[in-house]
Amino acid sequence: MKKHLPLLFLLLGLALVARSLLPEPNKTDFDLAAFGRLPVVVNGRVKPVDTVARTALVVLQSSQSIAAPDETKLTPNEWLLDVLFRSSRADAYQHFEINHPDLLAIFSLTPAEGRAKRRFSFRQLEPKIDELQRQARLAEPVEVAIRTPFQKAVAQLYANLGLYIRLKASLVAPDHQDFLGELLTYQKNVTAGVAAVRAKEAGQPHDPALVAQMMESGGRFSRMGELAYLLAVPPNDGESNTTGWKKVGESLLDSFPTGQINPAIMVYAGLARTWKADQPKEFNEILRLYRAQLERNFPQSLVKCDAEARYNSAQPFYNAMILYVLAFLIAVISWLVWPVELGRAAFSLLGIAWVLSTAGLLARMWLEGRPPVTNLYSSALFVGWSAVGFCLALEYIYRNAIGSVAGGLVGFATLLIGYYLSLGGDTLEMMRAVLDSNFWLATHVVTVTAGYGATFLAGFLAIIYIFRGVFTKSLDKATADALSRMIYGIVCFATLFSLVGTILGGIWADQSWGRFWGWDPKENGALMIVIWNAIYLHARWGGLAKQRGLAALAVFGNIITAWSWFGVNMLGVGLHSYGFMDSAFPWLLAFAGSQLLCIAIASIPLAMWRSFRA
Amino acid sequence: MNPLVRSVRDFCVSLRLTVILLALSLILVFASTLAQVDLGIYAVQEEFYRSFVAIWQVGGIFIPLPGGYLVGGLLLINLLSAHIYRLKLEWRKAGIQLTHSGLIVLLLGELFTGLWQEDFQMTISEGETKNYSESFRLYELAIIDTTDPKMDEVVAIPDAKLAGAALVQHPKLPFRVATKAYYPNTTLARRDAAALSPAAAAVPVATRGVGSSVAVTPLPLTYKMNEMNVPSAVVELIGDEGSLGSWLVSPHLGAPQTLSHAGRTWRLELRIARAYKPFSLQLLKVTHDIYVGTDLPKNFSSRIKLTTPDGRDDREVLIYMNNPLRYGGYTFFQYQMDSSRGQTGLQVVRNPSWLLPYIACIMMTFGLLFQFGLSLRAFIAKRRTTAKSVVV
Repeated sequence: MKKHLPLLFLLLGLALVARSLLPEPNKTDFDLAAFGRLPVVVNGRVKPVDTVARTALVVLQSSQSIAAPDETKLTPNEWLLDVLFRSSRADAYQHFEINHPDLLAIFSLTPAEGRAKRRFSFRQLEPKIDELQRQARLAEPVEVAIRTPFQKAVAQLYANLGLYIRLKASLVAPDHQDFLGELLTYQKNVTAGVAAVRAKEAGQPHDPALVAQMMESGGRFSRMGELAYLLAVPPNDGESNTTGWKKVGESLLDSFPTGQINPAIMVYAGLARTWKADQPKEFNEILRLYRAQLERNFPQSLVKCDAEARYNSAQPFYNAMILYVLAFLIAVISWLVWPVELGRAAFSLLGIAWVLSTAGLLARMWLEGRPPVTNLYSSALFVGWSAVGFCLALEYIYRNAIGSVAGGLVGFATLLIGYYLSLGGDTLEMMRAVLDSNFWLATHVVTVTAGYGATFLAGFLAIIYIFRGVFTKSLDKATADALSRMIYGIVCFATLFSLVGTILGGIWADQSWGRFWGWDPKENGALMIVIWNAIYLHARWGGLAKQRGLAALAVFGNIITAWSWFGVNMLGVGLHSYGFMDSAFPWLLAFAGSQLLCIAIASIPLAMWRSFRA
Repeated sequence: MNPLVRSVRDFCVSLRLTVILLALSLILVFASTLAQVDLGIYAVQEEFYRSFVAIWQVGGIFIPLPGGYLVGGLLLINLLSAHIYRLKLEWRKAGIQLTHSGLIVLLLGELFTGLWQEDFQMTISEGETKNYSESFRLYELAIIDTTDPKMDEVVAIPDAKLAGAALVQHPKLPFRVATKAYYPNTTLARRDAAALSPAAAAVPVATRGVGSSVAVTPLPLTYKMNEMNVPSAVVELIGDEGSLGSWLVSPHLGAPQTLSHAGRTWRLELRIARAYKPFSLQLLKVTHDIYVGTDLPKNFSSRIKLTTPDGRDDREVLIYMNNPLRYGGYTFFQYQMDSSRGQTGLQVVRNPSWLLPYIACIMMTFGLLFQFGLSLRAFIAKRRTTAKSVVV
């Protein structure tokens, strides 16, 4: 048994990965996956409907899993279909997360009335929407940085309701019994209708019923054009025209003079009717025909949308997170029993998790056509990826499970940070003008982020040194020396990456802002990491600190890196304004506090460390 | 050697001093980052980095810190003396030598940039041609002889001179310029003697031009990113036969004032300082792309026609984000844009030492790679021998 443990865990890890590649279960006869792969444009990017469904759910309720009031579980695409086409049902879904008690009081609701005590339906909120709007207007003039938690919660919920209402108006007129029927009538009458309206304006005889019908349709289309969230109508001239995508309402307004409704609009209206009437066969047939039509004009977009939908359902980073935790636990246990077998098992799990992360990163790079780091979310992925890469190298050399423990921990922690950062919405964002440079994203951003990863890793290795030394007897001289050497080696890499990355950043700034260095907060943060690593190296070379002191120094590097990574973004000043966030400030403080505690533990005299006690 | 001198020297070249100085610079950088929230970037640069002692204000407490010049200078001395006294020239230390030399190049580059870099901006509308750029912060008193209809002769007195010197004499001017009052930041309003604030009442009243009907209120200097200091001055022109009177000059006035003396005519205005170029730029077209369905900017670009008076250069260039135009020792960056008005704002920088960071980057990268590579090789070799001995 013991002998087979590494193989067993290897197979377990591979099974997890294999399972994630299987298609998602579908209890309905509707081809939900094919619907999820349809291309639409949101936030300036062609993306599959599947991504829209998942990010909307995450934004509204911080989670992709949703169930109807009768407890049947819905896939994100199923949920979105109801929102888009059958709002009578979607209005009862409890997907608006409200955590602030005072905000609930506005709606006269109690947590008990919500799903999981915090999620509420549109129908529950609807009666007091006017009051919410009044509160949102009060909060609006207050600068984001100084809003109270209540004001933030109000603004968030107001934006979420807006998102929901806009989604509902994206493809068909919301609350319309038979939009397809209206469109067909409209198409039949539009030429005569436009003539009638012109005649009325010219003061000539006309059919008032026809004019009224045209005015009503026009009003409906124009409301849809204003509200809609999705740009769902593709341009007729295909892929090369990236700016030709339109909202359904806009495209319908354009059809008044021509009398020609874009076929995509009829497709969506047909999908709406068959979805509502529970006609899966017809629904799937419409999808198939539309898809065949798209294949001609948008082959590349479809390839990417298919891949992205597959990436979404495989959730590589979520599975990597599970594997990192497993690797961490098994590696820790290997320090107590069966060091060789469990050590190898942990190593292979860490390896699988890292390969999975690599695949995830590569998929994102290919989808975006960008280097790996483009925003805060992807920086978290990359910090973890680079740190775990170092850990695998360490573990390969030393085979003492230290690399696996540190790798599992850092990998898990960074992906957890990434998960929280992903709650803001779609993580594949378009780059604003100044950042639109693949060369500098690939050089400066990647090296600086790898520098963060290495500095963090050195800090976590130091924590292992301190904890094993103080609380266990396992830190013998050989292990202590090895750990110390590992920290030193990683700090060397950290210095190299952060120094080169920082200077490259200066050169980029020289290219785009006209100055090499401007003491901008983000620049200062990067510089602080470089200085800190330089302090560590010089203190070591000068013999100013021994193993224990160096470990404490490396732990402090964690605080500096966290400050540089997130802290400076919370100040709300500076040119690097693409990653502002302030909600995580308490977490940053807590992290800094925990690191200071580690340093305090390290400063206990060596004679009292369990490992060194005589 | 005197033991005291020796111990001082040993401290100066020591790694202990290096670590202390690095720690001080870390604190300085951290403090300056926090201070930016209140002071703004420009004031922070002056207070923390272009100074020997910086005062960091936290709440009501003032904490003195060694400033950028002091820490940077001491680090440079420490580094140089360590190389002279302590670090031997040998190939195994070549990486350290190279890295440190790169650092010296980088620090010197920053010093030269601070000393020599000039920053200007250039706002051009579509179709317009300009052969000068304008300062971000500096002003000048322009006295323009317009007597000859074919040619203007401009004498420009920098605002620093106006603020500092009581009397300016220039060979091209038949009068001297005396500053009666200078205020670096002001607002103007119609003069209403009854409602004058004490500060405004203390400003001397101009005897000629529009100044006699204008009230000047001095304001404290602003350091905010989106605000500018707008100065006002009262200047007296003194000819050979005595005073010609005094004028209020300020960019707020909007239009120049004219005066005649000894059969010639001048225009008088306090304006944003200009730097003329030996070439001119004509803005052909601005482009502001956004991502479809959003207001997220995708690209800003300006198509420009570059010409020199001698006709040697006459070509079109495209300036966009991350792609500046480098020409004649100047670099033109896409800086601002108002596409609805067909206007572009270019930042114009002259920095003779702009290449130094590039050189430093290369030196330090290779230095560190070499040094850490050596350590890594030694480490792997050592592991191999231990591994072998274990097997044996």
